[in-house]
Amino acid sequence: MRRPGERRWWPWAFLAPGLLVYGAFVFLPILDTLRYSFFRWDGLTPPVPVGLDNYLRALGDPIFLKSAANNLLLTFWFSLLPIALGLLVTSLIARSGLPGTRIFRSAVYLPQVLSLVVVAVVWRWLYSPAFGPLNQLLEGLGLGQLARPWLGDFELALPAVGVIGTWYEFGFVTVLMLAGIQKIDESLYEAARLDGASAWQQFRHVTLPGLRNEITVALVFTLIAAFRVFDLIFVLTRGGPGEQTSVLSYLIYRSAFQRNEVGYAAAMAVLLTLIVLAISALIVRRREAAAEAAA
Amino acid sequence: MTGRVSASGVRIRRDAPRVTWLQLVGGYLVLGTFAAVALLPILTIWLTGFKTNADLVESFFGLPRAWHWENVAAAWDRGRFGTFLANSLIVVVPVVLGALVLSTLAGYGLARWRFRGQQLVLFVLLLGLMAPMEAVIIPLYYDMRAIGLLNTYAALILPQVGLSVAFGSWWMRAFFLSAPGELLDAAAVDGAGPVAALRHVLLPLARPALLTLGVLVFTWTWNEFLLALVLVSDDAVRTLPVGLAFFVGQYSADVPLLAMGATIVSLPIVLVFLVFQGSLIRGIVGGAVRG
Repeated sequence: MRRPGERRWWPWAFLAPGLLVYGAFVFLPILDTLRYSFFRWDGLTPPVPVGLDNYLRALGDPIFLKSAANNLLLTFWFSLLPIALGLLVTSLIARSGLPGTRIFRSAVYLPQVLSLVVVAVVWRWLYSPAFGPLNQLLEGLGLGQLARPWLGDFELALPAVGVIGTWYEFGFVTVLMLAGIQKIDESLYEAARLDGASAWQQFRHVTLPGLRNEITVALVFTLIAAFRVFDLIFVLTRGGPGEQTSVLSYLIYRSAFQRNEVGYAAAMAVLLTLIVLAISALIVRRREAAAEAAA
Repeated sequence: MTGRVSASGVRIRRDAPRVTWLQLVGGYLVLGTFAAVALLPILTIWLTGFKTNADLVESFFGLPRAWHWENVAAAWDRGRFGTFLANSLIVVVPVVLGALVLSTLAGYGLARWRFRGQQLVLFVLLLGLMAPMEAVIIPLYYDMRAIGLLNTYAALILPQVGLSVAFGSWWMRAFFLSAPGELLDAAAVDGAGPVAALRHVLLPLARPALLTLGVLVFTWTWNEFLLALVLVSDDAVRTLPVGLAFFVGQYSADVPLLAMGATIVSLPIVLVFLVFQGSLIRGIVGGAVRG
């Protein structure tokens, strides 16, 4: 690729400024997180090396396990439900070519550009116990007995946060699916119809395989979102009531910056990172394997 | 509309399958419901920002009976949202410009040459792209404390340039790889070196890719929370999302004032979205997603 007269160091000259900033403020800190995780440190006194103790502690810490379980439960609301809804809506409307689909796309995508703090402020109000619109609405429908202090309810706080995730991620998933379904060859549907395929069979055997790539991307990013959620929890519940809405990112923040258990927080951050990387790798590998099997 | 109506239904586009009236009405019902669920909470909070608590007791929805513009002033001064807005702009502008320049250079370096260590560079950048902020923030806090950058704009700008470069280098590399090779060859025949080829041949072509990258980085930086929460504890340097988060704690009962705060934080980004939604959605569909 190198042309005559070009020097060996040319690419590095172009890469240097970006790599310098990236290395100093992102990459080295990532390596340092790994290093911190093998120490006990309060941020002030000299760190004490403790080997794998922080990791062992995390795996035996009920709050860590509870938080991880909450992240896992949130994947239903942040990932599975929006993808199911997105697939449903897309397959209902996309091929009919209804005018106005573009406006629809912009409307449902709008929540995605908002700061999650704004999203939290909006939903905190919608859910508010005394005069909140949701409870008022239930009252107005004669369902007053269903009114709840949603975010303060021991059973319902996590699902209440989850609903916000569904509301937020639906637009992202739908934009992906709408773009994907345009690329499916219409003749596949015609052939399916000629064979007498029902709407469900067309969905199962044409739409779903045709959207394989989009579903993969949607899964990777929404699952990761479910494991990274922080802003919503910080503003809405601070992990409460009890530990009912505690999640890994919030636990890490609390341990590192409020309890000054820096090494322990770093170990949990490493575990969270491994989970996130594993999700991406697993899904992408499985998709590649499936594509190979199909080829 | 090129459709035509027949006894059995309508064909909305010539190539589209026939749709029955039932499907048409049903389709719009579905579209309308989902769009309303997405939009109503946002529109309501914007309108609430102009109401009073007394208005809210009467009704949540609908226009304010009188527009209380004094809420803007209250949020601006008492809530310090004027300061937060200025801080957000001071952070966002250098991050976007820095990310565009550094990503263009790095992406070009990665696309034009094959060299030893290239795969390693790509992998190292990918790691920063995938890792959650929690993997960075703890040492970053202590590093910033050590070099005396806590509570400065630089503490917010530098890491976000770095994070954006991780994504931007991959993004611009993909663009340069897709650029027609004969253009580069023509430039080389003209005796143009790598810098001239980038400036005069590729950059003019790169405008759509740069626009998308710029809008994405703007959105991420505008909404960034954890970094600004941890690295800045002084109101004078706080950005909008963190300012709003603490405002929630202080004024939790004053719903209109909170709503006005949320409006000030969200309106600029919604305007950016409305103007550049084409670029943004192309970016999302093209795989440009960072959490």
